[in-house]
Amino acid sequence: MIAIVDYGIGNIRSVEKGFIKVGADVRITSDPEVIADAQGVVLPGVGAFKDCMRNLDNLDILGSIVKEIEKGKPYLGICLGLQILFTESEEFGFCKGMGIFKGKVVRFKFDDNPQMKIPHMGWNNARLLQRPPVFNGIPDKSYFYFVHSYHVVPEEENIVAARTDYGIDFVSMVWKDNVFATQFHPEKSQGLGLKILKGFSDFVAGNH
Amino acid sequence: MLAKRIIPCLDVRDGRVVKGVNFVNIRDAGDPVENAIYYDEQGADELIFLDITASHEKRKIILNVVEKTADDVFMPLTVGGGIKSLADIRELLHAGCDKVSVNTTAVKDPYFISRAAEKFGSQCIVVAIDAKRVDNNMSEATGEDWFSEPSLKGVCLDLPSKIPPFPPLLKGDEEGLWALSTHGGRKMKLIDAVRWAKKMEELGAGEIMLTSMDKDGTKDGYDIELTRTIAEAVTIPVIASGGVGNLEHLYEGVVKGKADAVLAASIFHYREYTIKEAKEYLKSKGVPVRL
Repeated sequence: MIAIVDYGIGNIRSVEKGFIKVGADVRITSDPEVIADAQGVVLPGVGAFKDCMRNLDNLDILGSIVKEIEKGKPYLGICLGLQILFTESEEFGFCKGMGIFKGKVVRFKFDDNPQMKIPHMGWNNARLLQRPPVFNGIPDKSYFYFVHSYHVVPEEENIVAARTDYGIDFVSMVWKDNVFATQFHPEKSQGLGLKILKGFSDFVAGNH
Repeated sequence: MLAKRIIPCLDVRDGRVVKGVNFVNIRDAGDPVENAIYYDEQGADELIFLDITASHEKRKIILNVVEKTADDVFMPLTVGGGIKSLADIRELLHAGCDKVSVNTTAVKDPYFISRAAEKFGSQCIVVAIDAKRVDNNMSEATGEDWFSEPSLKGVCLDLPSKIPPFPPLLKGDEEGLWALSTHGGRKMKLIDAVRWAKKMEELGAGEIMLTSMDKDGTKDGYDIELTRTIAEAVTIPVIASGGVGNLEHLYEGVVKGKADAVLAASIFHYREYTIKEAKEYLKSKGVPVRL
C-alpha cells in the first residue's frame, strides 16, 4: 500500500484517482501509523510552502515522513512535495523545510521581462539529465503540466534529474536513491503523467 | 519552452452539456464526461466547465460531474459559474477540479478573491472578466456598494463628467476603454476592465479568463486590442475568449493579443476543427504548442 499524505490542503483526490487508474493500492491518510506501515509515501501539494509545513507539523506527521525517508522508504513528492524536501524557502520570510536536501526554494524573478508570467502555468518540457526508474518509458523533453511560482535551487547538482526552461533553466525533478520528486504534476499530465505514477508504484512493489 | 494552451469550454446546465459535441462516436452528446474524454484524447491542454445551472438547488449536480470526469481525465479542469462562497470552492476542489473561475461574486465583493487566494492558493483562483467597449449605452451602467472604498476606488470609471453623452470610441482607437459587463453583455458596470484586471492580480488571482462581450458569438476573432492591453497590464497568465471562428483567430490571440492560452467553444463542438488541427496550424506558424 502507498500512503498519500493528506494535510488539509492540495488536491489529493486527483493524485489518488491517478494511482487508482494505473492499478495501484493507495490510501489517503494523515495517520503516522499508516504512513509507517505503507510501502511508499506520496506527498502531493499545491499552494503555499508555509501552510504546508505548518499543517504537516500540526498533524504531527512531518517527523514521521522524514523518518520514513531516512529509512529508505520510497517517496514521491509532487510540486510542494518536492520543495519541502529542501532546507529552506524564502516564501513569506524564511521558513524551514524538511532538510532532506541542501538548497533553497526561491521565487521566479523576471523584473526585466514583464512578458514572463508568474505563476509558471501550463505545459512545458522536462529535459532529462538522469534516468530515474520511475521515468521508464518517458521520452526526453516530454511535456508535463506545471503550476508554481517558486522553484528549488539545490546545492548538489547530482540530485538534479531534469531541468525545464522558463526564463531560467530551473530544476523540474530531483532524484536520490528512493526519493523522487517532480515540480510538475504527473496527476495532471495525461498519459505520460500516469506513466510516472505507474513507475513509482512499480518501484515500490519491486522495492518491497 | 512553455506551450501556448488550447482550452475547450463546455457549457453545462443541470449536469448536461449544452451545445455538446455532435457526432457519432460519442454515445451521449450531452454527457459532460464523454465530452471531456473526447477532448482529452484530442490533446486539449485544459478543460473548462461553465456551469450555467440556474437553480441553486441543482448546484450539487456539477460536483458529481467533476468527480466522474476526474476519474478518467487527467488534465487541469476548471469550473466556473455560480461560485458564491469559499465553501463552494472547497467542494469543487475536493471533487477533483483544479481551478475555479469567479466572476459575479468578485464584482460584488472584490476581497472575496483575496480570501479565496489566501485559503486555497492563487494557482486555483481564476477571475473571469467579461469586458465590453465603452459606448453610449454606458448611461445605464451601475456601480457597486464598495465604490466609495478608498482601496478600490482606482478601478471605478469616472463617468458623471463624461456621461451623457459619452463620446463613442472609434473602432481601432489607440486608447481603448472597456468596462465590465454582466448578464451576458446586456448590462454594464462602471468598472474599468483593465484596472480591474490589475486589481484582481493584486488581490491574489492566479489567472485571468478574459471574454470580449462585443466579440462573443460573432466568429470574427478575439478583441485583440483588449486582449493585448490586459495581457500587458498584468503579470499573471491571460486566457483569451470570445469570437473565435477559425484557426487564424487562435494565432492572432496568442501572437497579436499576447494571450497565454486561447479558449474556444463552438469551433470544437461543431467539429469544424479538432484540437490537434488547431495545434498543428499554430505549430506551422511558429507558436510553441504541445503536440
